[in-house]
Order: sequence, then structure tokens, then C-alpha cells
Amino acid sequence: MDFSLSEQEELFVKGVRDFARGEIAPLSKQMDEDGIIDQGLLQKLKEQGFFALSFPEEYGGVGLNTLTYGLVIAELAKVDAGVAIMVGVHNSVGSYPVLRFGSEELKKRVLPEMAKGHLGSFCVTEPGAGSDAASISTRADTVDGGYVLNGEKIWVTNGYHSRFFVVLARLDGQPGHHGISAFLVERDNPGLSVGAKEDKMGLRSSDCVSVVFDGVKVSGENLIGEKGQGFEIAMASLDGGRIGVAYQAIGLGEACLDAATAYAQEREQFGRPIAQQQAIQWMLADTATELEQSSLLAHKAATLKDQGKPFSRLAAMAKYSASEMANRAADRAVQIHGGYGYSKDYPVERYYRDARVLRIYEGTNEIQKMVIARRVLQGEH
Amino acid sequence: MKFDLTSEQELIRKTARDFAEKEIIPYAAEWDRESRYPKEVVAKLADLGFMGMFVPEEWGGAGLDQVSYILAMEEISYGDASVGVIMSVNNSLTCWPILAYGNDQQKERWLKPMAQGKTLGAFCLSEPQAGTDAAAQTTIAKPDGDGWVINGVKNFITNGPSADTLVLIAMTDPSQGHHGISAFVIDADTPGVSVTHTEHKMGIRASETAQMAFDDVKVGADSLLGKVGEGFKIAMSTLDGGRIGIAAQALGIAQAALDHAVEYSKERKQFGRPLAKFQAIQFKLADMKMRVDAARLLTLRAAYVKDQGRRHSSESAMAKLMASTTAVHCAEEAVQIFGGNGFSEEYPVEKLMRDAKICDIYEGTNEVQRMVIAAGLLA
Repeated sequence: MDFSLSEQEELFVKGVRDFARGEIAPLSKQMDEDGIIDQGLLQKLKEQGFFALSFPEEYGGVGLNTLTYGLVIAELAKVDAGVAIMVGVHNSVGSYPVLRFGSEELKKRVLPEMAKGHLGSFCVTEPGAGSDAASISTRADTVDGGYVLNGEKIWVTNGYHSRFFVVLARLDGQPGHHGISAFLVERDNPGLSVGAKEDKMGLRSSDCVSVVFDGVKVSGENLIGEKGQGFEIAMASLDGGRIGVAYQAIGLGEACLDAATAYAQEREQFGRPIAQQQAIQWMLADTATELEQSSLLAHKAATLKDQGKPFSRLAAMAKYSASEMANRAADRAVQIHGGYGYSKDYPVERYYRDARVLRIYEGTNEIQKMVIARRVLQGEH
Repeated sequence: MKFDLTSEQELIRKTARDFAEKEIIPYAAEWDRESRYPKEVVAKLADLGFMGMFVPEEWGGAGLDQVSYILAMEEISYGDASVGVIMSVNNSLTCWPILAYGNDQQKERWLKPMAQGKTLGAFCLSEPQAGTDAAAQTTIAKPDGDGWVINGVKNFITNGPSADTLVLIAMTDPSQGHHGISAFVIDADTPGVSVTHTEHKMGIRASETAQMAFDDVKVGADSLLGKVGEGFKIAMSTLDGGRIGIAAQALGIAQAALDHAVEYSKERKQFGRPLAKFQAIQFKLADMKMRVDAARLLTLRAAYVKDQGRRHSSESAMAKLMASTTAVHCAEEAVQIFGGNGFSEEYPVEKLMRDAKICDIYEGTNEVQRMVIAAGLLA
């Protein structure tokens, strides 16, 4: 398997790296404090095409392959994991359901708008339905000319800014996961209301909100895919989303390793840089090794996806591995910084808080292990 | 070998738990959000005798043993780790060195009001360039008439901005290395003492952490604690005791995380049954419980050995290392069991995880504890 990029792809990733360092990094600390993305930066991200990365060119997109896209997410996460997830959610679970399963009319209407930077988000989780996504209770009822939606979704990333919401709902009260359908709802639909932003431990530049659907009427064209296909659409979208989260974790892990390495070389105790202490060297060695392991898993998952082959097992492994790695990398980076690592004067304090949710969202790591085990038990290994 | 508490120790534990439930737990999230030092609660802790627990009654303390102090520290920290560290720094890092090394005049002047909770103490050891390498002191105390004049900067001083009394470590003879270090006890309102920076921290946000500067601070001869050149020994033996307090603080965090995790896993239903019915969750809980109990046994042993008047450097280091890693582990697992809700400030485990991490760092990082344990083995 060849993980190399074309010259053009290399240049693209380098351009993102420069943008991230020049335009995002100086704002990260303030955005963490404010609990929201800088609105000027959001505008620049739109203008630079960050919300069109994974969209085909025919819909106004950049048309990156998954590997290059992943490396772009990693570059963003290296300076701000919250910005990375905003871009990641839009380019995967926020748009992929329409791109992959939507009717041609829906795609033509929605995707070019999304590519311009009208944000998308993905509404699955409910107060009573987290890991058990098939138990959602948001309803969609068939009416003349379309559907009426009622229910509440939580942990909707990008929801504060989104114009488009992919919503999973139970159609006409049908039970089980075959009773679930997917709908596209727009922000100006009467009855849709966006709740307050969650106050979170980390990833504070990205927003998470609850969204309430109170008699929201959508037309029949807003059904994504077939009736009853919603759960399949959600799972397929999450497979891709997990690759993005894996790369987000890799970028964050790299940031932790870079910060820890620089500090270890600069900080002197006992008359020499702490980098000369074996205990510190081993921490750096462990992070570097785990980073490579996680990167290889992510590259393989991305390449399988680009080749059109089954990739959900590898996506789950990549997300599981990389998110655990990022948490250990952040913990070691804080530890190497000592007291300074606990202070908001140094970025590793933020990395530690940012890393934690990677083990939770897009399916907790317990869910990833269920996915992997199921495939293994079916003989896929 | 007995593992049961005496009835007095059990009473202390229960008193501390009741206090935590009534006076601390309902407010801890708000103090965290506002980074507010809970002055009124510290006053109430003083009324209970918790600000000078093992100080004899003649010096204003409660006259209890280390085991009782550790039990109270765990329960108070169970309520809020910030209140725990405020209490621990006063007891272990400030009262103790004056009790152990001070003369009667120093005890009367500084220890008594502090043990009574009328004044608050802070311990000034770390410097910007002297963290783990605590012997690399650049704060200098020079003889000045009958007394001393002190110049330097101290870092990460818990209780610093509110403190009345400082135990301060400074170099009195740089040519002697760590044998040239001495300890002082001084009033925080002495001219030349100032708070130069207040840290904004990941957690324990209701406790104050400050950088303090000492500019030509003149103190009398009666400020010298112990003998000239004895400061490093005083600092290290003080930390040997302090680490038991931090171990107990970590235990309180770990136990709170475990209790929240058990409760949530019984309530929260997914796939048609409580999370607690899933083996993966049960095993997480089992591992948390095992680690909490192991850490508690190590911590109580360290307190017991200290009560016996025996050297306890290694016992304290093991207790602190085990308890801090247990606190981080349990808080992380609790967040994981809570799922997305664990990442939200609306649920208590998010704060527990931020609070827990400092236990890996202060009063000697985990790496320092391993150095102490290894040094004990290889001596």
C-alpha cells in the first residue's frame, strides 16, 4: 500500500500548514477562553475552501482524496483541535449523507451551498440515545407533501453556526433500526431551535449545541436515501467521520510531541536539559512510536476508503488507537512540563483537555471495540 | 496487624464527610467556575480544628494523629480537591515544619494562630528554575545586622495571595550547595513581599497558586527556622509529610469518581439495560475499586509510620505516586463511563478529571517519587 502524496497534494498540505500556523495558532488560546471560534477566522476558513475539501469538483468542492484530507485535518488539529473538528464534521458526517445517499436534485441544491461554507451538522445523539444510536425517539411523521419532525438532539457539533442539519428520526413510529430515516433540515425551517452552547472541558473553539425540532415540516425531497435507510446512512457516515477523528488525534499528538520535545531540550534541572534524563527520553520515545502506529492505521483506513474497499474495521481501529495515543501524548506532555503544564500559560494544558473527548465522540472507544470485535468474529481479520 | 480505625478516627472521618456533604459539595462547581477561594469554608474548617489537626493542643491544634488527618483530608477532598489542598498546605507544609523545627517563641508567634485557623500558611520552595531540582535555589538570604535580608522569586505558591505566614526556603551559602540552604518563617505582610502573578490553572481552581517576589525583605533573627544550612533537610522532611496529605487528596478525588461512575452506570440505560450490566463497564469499576483500595492502604501505612516517628520517605512517595495515578485513572474512567456527558461541565466528573492531574505533578512529580523510591532501594 502506497501512502505517498502527489506533488500537488503535498503542496496543498503545506499550504494548510502555513495557514494553520499563521492564521489559526495566534487565536487558539483566546478561542479556548471564549468558548467559540473567532468569527473572522471562520470567514477565512470559508473563503479558503476548508468547507469544500471533501466535496467533488462538480459540486464546487476541492475533491481531495481521503488520505490528503486526513493530513489536512491533522495540520489543523496541530494548532487547534476544535477548528479541526469543525472542518471535519462539515466535510464528513455533516455532508456525506447527502453526497453519498441523497437524490441528484438534493445534491445539486445543497452541496454547492455547503461547499461555499454554509455549515452542515449531524444530529443523531439524544439525551437517552448515545452509544445505543438505534434507540432514538425523535419522530418523523408522514404528512401531505412531506414529513413533520419532533424531538431533541444533543451534542450537535457545528450546530451553533450550521445552516444544514442531517437529522435521524423514527419514521411513522416504526420500531428498531430499520424504522429510522435520514432527513435534511434547514435552519430557517419554522420549529427548529438551537439551544445554548455546551460548556465543555476542551475543544472549546468548536461549538456543541442541542437542537429541538418542534413540528418542523420538510418536503418529501428532503428525505436522504430510502425510507428506513437512516441507520445505515448514519453508520456509513460515521465510518468516514472516524478517519477524520483519527487524523485529528494524530495532529494533536504531534503537537504534544513537538511541545514536549522543545520544552525537554530547553528546561534545565540538575544542571542539564531534562531531555538528557532517560525517563524523559522514554516518554518521548513512547509517544513517537504510538504516533507512527496510529498514522499507519489511519493511512490504511483512508487508502481502503479511496480504493472503494470496506474500511469500517480499519476506521474503528484508527480512531481507537489514535485517540488513546493522543490522550497519552497529552498526559506525557503535561508531565514533562511539570507545574507549567498545569498552567494556562502553556498550550499543553489545552491539549490535555482537548484530547479527552476524542475517546468519546464519533462512537466511544467502547463502541469502536464492539465494531472491531464484530468484524473479527465474522472472520474479517 | 489491624485494619480497623479507632472510634475516634472513625468519628473524625464521619465529621469530615458530613462537612464535605453539607458545606462543600453543593458549592464546589461554582467555586471552580469562578476560580474563587472559599474563605468562608476555610474559616469553618478552622472551627472544626482541621487547619492544625496534628498540632498539639498547647500550640493551638487538635492534637490528633496523622491517620486522623489523612482520613479527614480524603473526605474534605472528596468534596472538593481545592479545599483539600488549602488544608493540606496549611497542616503539612506550614504548621509541620514550625512544629518540628521551630523554637517555643516561633511556635507561639506563628504556629499557634495558624493551627487555630486564625492565620493561613504557605510554603515557598519552588522557583522558576528550581522545580524538580529543588536544591538549585537562587533566592538568597543574607545576614543583615541581627537578622536577614531576602531576595528572590518563588513559583507555584499554593495559598500565596491569602497567606499570612510563609515558610520560605532560601540559599544562605551558595558555596555549600544544598547544605547552604536555610529555612525561614516570615509574615507575608513584611515590606518587600508581593504577589507577582496568579496562575490560571486546568483544575483545583478554587485554590490560589501564585508567583511571589521577595525584594529586600528584612526579617529578624527569630525568622530562621532550625539551624543555618538545615533548610534542604527541613524542606525534604516537610514534603515527606506533605505527600501523604496529597495522597489523601488524590484518594478523595478517586473515590468521588468511583462513586459517580457506579451511580451513573446503574442509572444510564443503553441497548435496553443499565450500563452496569455490561461486562466492559463492570471491569472498569472493578479495576477502579482495586486501585482505590490499594492506594488507600499505602497512604494509611505511610501515615501510620509517620505516627510511629519512623522515617517514611519511601512510604510517602509510594503512597503519593500510587494515589495520584489512581486519581487520574479513576477520573478518566468516570468520564468515559459518562460518555459525552462526562465532557460537559454540567456533570461533576469533568471537574474531577481536571483536578486529578495536578496530583501527578505537585509536591514532587511522579518522576520525583520514583527517584525517592529508587534511592531508598539503592542506598
